[in-house]
This record gives sequence, C-alpha cells and structure tokens, in this order.
Amino acid sequence: MELILIQILNGLQYGLLIFLAASGLTLVFGILGIINLSHGSFYMLGAYLALTLTSYTGDIFLALLIGIPLAFAFGALVEWLFIRHLYDRDHLQQVLLTFALILIFNDLQRIIWGTYPHSVPVPSYLDASVQLSDVLSYPVYRLAVAGFCIFLALCMVYIIQYTRIGQMIRAGESNREMVEVLGIDSRWLFRFVFAAGVSLAAAAGAIAAPIESVYPGIGEPILIISFVVVVIGGIGSVKGAFFGSLLIGLADAFGKVFLPEFASVVVYALMAAVLIVSPGGLFGRA
Amino acid sequence: MNAPAAPLDVLMSTPALVARQINTYYGLSHILRNVDFYVMPQETVGLLGRNGMGKTTLLRTLMGLVRPKNGRITLNGIDITGRRPSAVARAGLALVPEDRGVFPNLTVKENLTFAARPCRDGAAGWTLDRIFELFPRLAERRSHWGNQLSGGEQKMLAIGRALMTNPDIMLLDEATEGLAPKIRDEIWETVRQIRAAGIAAVVVDKNLDDLLALTDRNVVLTKGEVVFDGSTADLKADPAFIQHHLGV
Repeated sequence: MELILIQILNGLQYGLLIFLAASGLTLVFGILGIINLSHGSFYMLGAYLALTLTSYTGDIFLALLIGIPLAFAFGALVEWLFIRHLYDRDHLQQVLLTFALILIFNDLQRIIWGTYPHSVPVPSYLDASVQLSDVLSYPVYRLAVAGFCIFLALCMVYIIQYTRIGQMIRAGESNREMVEVLGIDSRWLFRFVFAAGVSLAAAAGAIAAPIESVYPGIGEPILIISFVVVVIGGIGSVKGAFFGSLLIGLADAFGKVFLPEFASVVVYALMAAVLIVSPGGLFGRA
Repeated sequence: MNAPAAPLDVLMSTPALVARQINTYYGLSHILRNVDFYVMPQETVGLLGRNGMGKTTLLRTLMGLVRPKNGRITLNGIDITGRRPSAVARAGLALVPEDRGVFPNLTVKENLTFAARPCRDGAAGWTLDRIFELFPRLAERRSHWGNQLSGGEQKMLAIGRALMTNPDIMLLDEATEGLAPKIRDEIWETVRQIRAAGIAAVVVDKNLDDLLALTDRNVVLTKGEVVFDGSTADLKADPAFIQHHLGV
C-alpha cells in the first residue's frame, strides 16, 4: 500500500513538473502555430539559472523570483530575434530553425557553465522528510515542488480564464486573424505567449534542479515528454496538458516499478492508445 | 421604403475612407483591378456584385488582411495602405466577416468585451449595456459560449463586437447570408440603427431589395472592376443594368 502511495506521489509530482514545461509548449504550438524544438533548452536555461542564482541568493525560491522574469525577457528576445520570422512559414522551416537554436543554446551553455554536472542545494528549511509509515518517508522538497507547480497552474488558470490577456490568448487560439481584425496587435500577443512559455519551461527546470543534477542536455528528455503530453492532451489545450501530464507522470512512475523492462515504452503506448480513441487528444480539436 | 439620403453637409464633407487605384492579387490571380472606392462620413454604401467578383477581397484589402499590390488607402486622412489589420481597426474601421468569426471558446460577454475600445474622440460610445439593449437575445445568452449560439445570434454577436470597438466605419460582409427571414429583418433593423447612430457602413448582401432600401450609394463590382458607383435611385432606375450585372 505504501509503495502505491509513494508511486502516486512521485507520479503526481513528476506530472506537475512536466505540466509546467508542456503547458508552454502547447500554448506556443496552439496559438503561434510554431513547433518549437528548442523548448527543452529553456528548461535547461531554468536549471542553469537556478544553479547560478542560488549560488548568489542561497535559496532556490529567491532564485526563481529573479530567474522567471529573466527567462521571460530572454524568451521575448528570442521571439523577436528568431521566432517571429517563422509565423508565415511551414513546419519544416520551423523545425530547422528551432533545431538550430538547440545547437546554439547547447554551445552557449557549455561556454558559460562548462560540461560538468552540478547540483543545486535544497533549501535547509525544506531539507526534511515526511514519515508516511514506519518504513517509508517522502522528501518535503518534492511536496514543495508539487505545491509550487499547483500554484503556477492556478495562476495560469486565473490569467487564462479571468483576465483580458487570457481572453486574448483563448481568442488567438481559435481565430488569430479575427483577433488582429479587432485591433489587437498579435505581434505583442505572440511575444507575450512565447515569453510566458519560455518562463514556464525555465520555472520547471529551476524548481527541478535540486531534485536532479544540472547537466548539459538536461532539457532534451523533457522536450520529448512534453510533446507526448501535448499530443495526448490536445494541441493548444492547457487543460489537456494538465491532465495529460498527470497521466504521463503516473504511467511513468508505476511503469518503472511494475513494468521495469517496459518502463520507457509505457508512456508512448499510452499516447498511442489515446490517439486511437481520440485522434485530437483528450481535449483537442479532432 | 428607401432610407433617407445622408444630409447635404455630410455629402459635401471629406470622405472618411478613400481607396485609389487598388490592385489586389491572390498569387497570380488579379482580383481587384484599379478599384476606386470611397465612403463619406455617416454614409451607408452597398457593395454589390455576383459571387467571385471581388467584394470580399475589397473588404479584406480595406481592412489590411490582404495587401494590395499597388494603390493607396486613407482613413480619416491617414494613409493605412499596407498597415496591419490591428492598426487599421484602431484607426476606426471594423469588419464583420461573412463567417462571423465568433470565438467559440469565449462567452458572449467575453466576445463583446475583450477587444472593446472607447471612442477615440472621447464621446459616449457603445457599451455592453447598449449592445444588450440592441440585441436582447445576447443579453439572455451572455454566459453562453460562442459555439452555443445559432447562426443569427452569432451574426448579432459579431456586429455587437464590432460596435464595441467604436468604429467610424463598419464593413459588413454578407450581412444576412444564410439567416432565417425573421432574423434577417432583425439584422436589417440593426443596420438601420447603426446608420442612425452616425456610423458609416459598407454592406455586402445578396438580398438586393432589402439592401437598396437602406443604402445612400451603391458600388457594383464585376470581375474586380467598379462598373457602377452612384445613388440608389440611379441604380434602381436601370433595371437592365441590374439584370446584366446582378441578376442571377
């Protein structure tokens, strides 16, 4: 029973973390129509920002407070420099440019931070465990990560559902041309959405840094799993990304324990199953 | 019943919208050919022509959705040629597209308010209450999603949403296309109210009798060229021309 409880907690925590990365990817894909292969690089950026900023501030949450706006500004810059030129181009050109960005960001990472793996300390006030039973305990920091992800998810729901910018984002998701016809400059809307997507991926990378070590190419596995989530949830659907992430998180956690030989296949089998039942994803347009 | 003609002082004033020598292409297809088009303040203009003659392309070109290959468009004296649709909209033009463009994942109220803008001259403009007064059906369905509305309600919503941007000129593409007769009458009544509110309008519609009952002037397009630009009375006085260029 404790084993199942632990796997549920691990699965939910991992799923919530993926959600932060995948929600940015699905927004960029759904609204801007951009297949952004460099999205994992922004997860990596978050992890390395956490490494550097924590070394100055001594606290991962202070590092997040500074790092998220920095990532937002960086995302806006990347959109202005590169991404905006892709809106009217086909997916092949999008894939080529964003793949080139991966190579550029990887080289920049090596120049700035080197190739050695690093670790980011867990804040002392969260460096403890919750006793679940006589033999099982669960790290408090992982619970804090889940809480932080839920907090960001609720912020996202609030912004998308109850603010004017959120209404613009939803409108842009269904009819970009009409948003522009109504007098909203889609260039700024797209820049905001892309930068928000970058900062969400960076937040995920930063908050996960104390759990896993920080190393070159840390964002690549997250990119692949984020695409799986986007496909399962439905392109452009934040709600789909949320439930898709939890599904993937739980499948991954239980797969590793109960089907260790097939652990790496479980999430893809799940994706295939969802696509057979609902080709547009759980909450997407078919 | 013919709509009363615009007052003389209005007709003698400077046009609000002027398009000169517009040529628009879709790829290699030459759609609009040297089109001259203007709209006076508070004037209601009928844009007529058979299917595929360039009416929608002209509206999309005026709105900035299609860039003309050459020609010049000015709105209230400002050159808007080649400007983004958002800039054209903020300069005072609003488009109600044929497909209505209602956002299905926004409620009626959100559709109306999220792009609302006050009048540029500081005057009391269109508000949510005023739109709900104009379209009581929308008031009843304010919490419904855009895709839960009937075709007629979506048209009302699209018109209301355009009015909420407080435009100087409204472009209505296929104003009553595909609507039930009762709803069609409601839309025509709305166009009359828009006219009474002093907003100029360019209206495209296949229902010639209803359209000519409220336009001051009409422009007929045939194969992308303006073949008539004159008063409703002049157009009505030439049944042979109507039959030749507009008859089914």
